[in-house]
Amino acid sequence: MLLSIRRNFTLSRVSLILFLTVIGIFMFLPIIFLFNNAFKPLNELFLFPPRIFVKNPTLFNFEQLFLHTSAGVVPFTRYLFNSAVIALTTTFAVIIVSTMAGYVLSKHRFHFKAFIMGAILIALMFTPETVAIPRYLIVSGLGLKNTYLAHILPFLASPVAVFLMKQFIDQIPNSLLEAAKLDGATDMYIFMRIIIPLTSPAVATAAIITFQTVYMDVEGSTLYMTKETMKTLAYYVEAMTLNIPGVAQLSIGSSIGLLMFLPNLIIFLLFQRKMIQTMLHSGVK
Amino acid sequence: MKPVSHTEVVISRSSTPNKGYGAKLKRFLRECWADRLSYLFLAPFLLSFVCFIIIPVVVAVLLSLTSFNGFAFPRFIGVSNFIYMFTQDVVFMKYTIPNTLKFALVVGPGGYILSFIFAWLIHQLPRSIRDYFSLALYAPSMVAGVALTMVWTATFSGDSIGYLNNILLSLGLIETPQLWLQDPKYLMTIMIVVTMWTSMGVGFLAMLGGLQTVNTELYEAGRIDGIKNSLQEVYYITIPSMKPQMLFSAVMAIVGAIKAGSISSALTGMTITPQYAGHLINNHIYDYAFLRYEWGYASALSVVLLLASYAIMKLSYWVFGTKEDE
Repeated sequence: MLLSIRRNFTLSRVSLILFLTVIGIFMFLPIIFLFNNAFKPLNELFLFPPRIFVKNPTLFNFEQLFLHTSAGVVPFTRYLFNSAVIALTTTFAVIIVSTMAGYVLSKHRFHFKAFIMGAILIALMFTPETVAIPRYLIVSGLGLKNTYLAHILPFLASPVAVFLMKQFIDQIPNSLLEAAKLDGATDMYIFMRIIIPLTSPAVATAAIITFQTVYMDVEGSTLYMTKETMKTLAYYVEAMTLNIPGVAQLSIGSSIGLLMFLPNLIIFLLFQRKMIQTMLHSGVK
Repeated sequence: MKPVSHTEVVISRSSTPNKGYGAKLKRFLRECWADRLSYLFLAPFLLSFVCFIIIPVVVAVLLSLTSFNGFAFPRFIGVSNFIYMFTQDVVFMKYTIPNTLKFALVVGPGGYILSFIFAWLIHQLPRSIRDYFSLALYAPSMVAGVALTMVWTATFSGDSIGYLNNILLSLGLIETPQLWLQDPKYLMTIMIVVTMWTSMGVGFLAMLGGLQTVNTELYEAGRIDGIKNSLQEVYYITIPSMKPQMLFSAVMAIVGAIKAGSISSALTGMTITPQYAGHLINNHIYDYAFLRYEWGYASALSVVLLLASYAIMKLSYWVFGTKEDE
């Protein structure tokens, strides 16, 4: 890392790095605060003047969180398990479904194509919150209440992911697919062997956004789940911070804040690396 | 653009003569059958799309024409909801529309331009350290809900312990602690700042990806053709080469700006902000749907929101859309 900087040592580059570092620190500061807050003992949480970095790190906040939940009916780990299962399954399903749809919409020609594209474009601006009641009627009409499917299916139709895939697959040259066709490749083969490997950057982006949306979603648990054991971590967090006032809230809240942030961060790091690697090796320009 | 598959089908289509409706229908069905693989690939998406997006939206449009409290059966009242909205709903005309416009105009294009600038700057860095910077800029958009509230309420806290008050007091810029979040004067600005902070989201990622797909040979070709500085390079080569990503992130920026609404209640801890200072259209919908239980009117509001965003969308297509696209 240092070597490459020295090799490209120019005044403009150094000033650029400096400028971006300042911006980066400013953007990252609240997150550092979040991390430190989670490990602050109570007296530091209420310290004046407030300090960003923790002095005597402690796991007290996490203890509070687990103590509080072990007293409840449903253990904290159950929510965590639900969230993990739902977020991972949904992300995987959305990627498959959207890549398939994106491929067809980009490279095939058939009736209703313009119509479907138009609908997707409008649906990009779709806010699930505004149509909560009709959605609830459909979910309960399909008999999906209190099942994992009710958490997963509403996210399956992701106009954003399909749009992203379609736009990305548009950039794959037609001549490549035609050449494969001439060599006798079927649509299935083209999809599996050409489209999927070449779309990895778009897949990475779609995975990151889908995971975040699903992981943060509260609506599914609030509306479609009546059993406490089927609800997710995000719901638990919201219920928790709304219901517990005072000192306990600050200590539990700070540990939960970190817990909610970490999986997102991990997924992002995982996929961002993959995205960049595939960009380097796949030869797509 | 030439169709990749079904070339033979297209040929047979043009050679089939028209023979009345029956033959036309038959031909149509045959063509649909020939395209069955395409439909099969689309099926999973389309099914869930219809179930969870199209039908709910249609129902919402129908509900917007009714008076519905969530319990009794909806009563049809025609367009009175819309008439009421534009003639008698004082809060809507006086606060919601100006606030939403102001907020969306600053946050939408502002966030968009910022994400492009930062993505481009990061792209100039050596590859080995690029990741760290993109992580730092993307991180805020991963912080949602509780965590966001915690960090920013601590910053803008109204007593002298709040970070901002503390800093400004010690610098001598203010004499008494300001109630940042309760004062209607500041709330909007703070909402905009916080949203901008989280706006380096998906659009930013898409642009980063897009910058990497730009063919580097084009830059050399451009230099030969007389491009002098990097500004010209950006304008003539970079932006045209990554139009799909530019369009995508434009759409995401618009959506983000229009959807925002929970930010005001997250910051102030109240569903209705002081003197409606941070009242956006989504707060208005929430107010009517979940506080007053006027689902019909709330649906009418969301229909208006949908129409407005559709109009803005058309505009961004007009600006960024590729003309030869089918």
